[in-house]
Amino acid sequence: MIELIDVSKSFTLHNQGGVVIPVMEGASLKAEPGECIALTGSSGAGKSTLMRVIYGNYLAASGQVLVGGVDVAKAEPRQILSLRRDTLGYVSQFLRVVPRVPTLDVVAEPLLAVGCDNEAARGKAAGLLERLNIRERLWTLSPTTFSGGEQQRVNIARGFAHDYPAMLLDEPTASLDAQNRETVLSLIEEAKHRGAAIVGIFHDLEARERVCDREVNVSDFTPGLAA
Amino acid sequence: MTPLLQVKGIEKRYGARIGCTDVNFDLYPGEVMGIVGESGSGKSTLLNCMAGHLEPDAGQVIFDTRVDGPVDTVTMSEPERRMLGRTDWAFVHQHARDGLRMSVSAGGNIGERLMAVGDRHYGDIRDKAIDWLGRVEIDEARVDDRPSAFSGGMQQRLQIARNLVTGPRLVFMDEPTGGLDVSVQARLLDLLRGLVREMGLSAIIVTHDLAVVRLLADRLMVMKNGHVVEAGLTDQVLDDPQHAYTQLLVSSVLQV
Repeated sequence: MIELIDVSKSFTLHNQGGVVIPVMEGASLKAEPGECIALTGSSGAGKSTLMRVIYGNYLAASGQVLVGGVDVAKAEPRQILSLRRDTLGYVSQFLRVVPRVPTLDVVAEPLLAVGCDNEAARGKAAGLLERLNIRERLWTLSPTTFSGGEQQRVNIARGFAHDYPAMLLDEPTASLDAQNRETVLSLIEEAKHRGAAIVGIFHDLEARERVCDREVNVSDFTPGLAA
Repeated sequence: MTPLLQVKGIEKRYGARIGCTDVNFDLYPGEVMGIVGESGSGKSTLLNCMAGHLEPDAGQVIFDTRVDGPVDTVTMSEPERRMLGRTDWAFVHQHARDGLRMSVSAGGNIGERLMAVGDRHYGDIRDKAIDWLGRVEIDEARVDDRPSAFSGGMQQRLQIARNLVTGPRLVFMDEPTGGLDVSVQARLLDLLRGLVREMGLSAIIVTHDLAVVRLLADRLMVMKNGHVVEAGLTDQVLDDPQHAYTQLLVSSVLQV
């Protein structure tokens, strides 16, 4: 479902003397449906970079990034947009929303985008918010004013609203209490069960051991760091 | 799928100076494209060339019309282009007073576009006008007030209602949120996003506000000195800019 073949990435800083910084070389991995892969490696090794290359907001310098048969490294914006709408979900660490939009709508939006009817979308969104312990009286408010942990949970609810066949999770259990952490882990297990391929970053060791099937050490792809 | 709009090799010169040159892209139904760049980079010139307000010196602007399919709007006759401007196209000006009739009531401003496409029943027109005032969050009691009695944000929303009432398929916007305070901006962004999704609009938005394009636009085109220096998916261009100018632009934004 998600497959990287010999992917490299470098940054060229035109305004700082044109320095070229190679950050990734020969990155390859494969996540089958129902499989969860954890990216490991020290801070700065390129875990988030790899996730962004898969999601398409970083442009790969070479190699193939295949998600559901589409090569993200070469696809047209329009193809990537439809891939993100239907196939590839991303739970980032930060919630980015239009101010003033109620929480329930924020969570329901990915469902409305795939053509789900309004009532069903809101129903599913409400169910997720309930599971993640966001109190109902907050649903009509914009999440921009919520606490960090609440925003993170709204973000997770939004990410799991549509049943994406491929998902990227960036520290989904960070800054959550035990009970909410448990909910998020079961959401991940349910997603695997229905056949989603997942690539994620989990600093939480216990969580990693529980939901991940394999680990990929990103340091192996870091130029100058690989042993 | 046929692109809604195909722009091919558009060039506009002002004497020896370049307004914009060699602009090419396809816009598909439902897509929102942002055009960013500093002032003088040619983004408004390009927008006006595409919308038929300026005649380009070279190139084609091919629009997929409902009846005849793809037609080059640059070589189309003036009446045909004007008809398009009243039906399938809409243009939201930076300054609402450029897009409104200031001495005609709010309802009249919305109704005028309906009458231009053949609506004649006064009661229907008024009902539609009131419905649209509601959609852009203007109190229906203001329907008979003139826009000159409205605040800047209300005028901008009225301009949007006037433009969208005939159900256009393509909206050109020139700095739609420029000059508005942030709370009004947020409301307008929310409104535009909702309308784009519900009506399946395509839009081309010229702005210099990168936060606005990140929230509204699927795709982004960066212009400098009349040339397109970079184009792509909005978050890719903003998160991983490739061209020196885009890198400078992105790194110059103040963090809030």
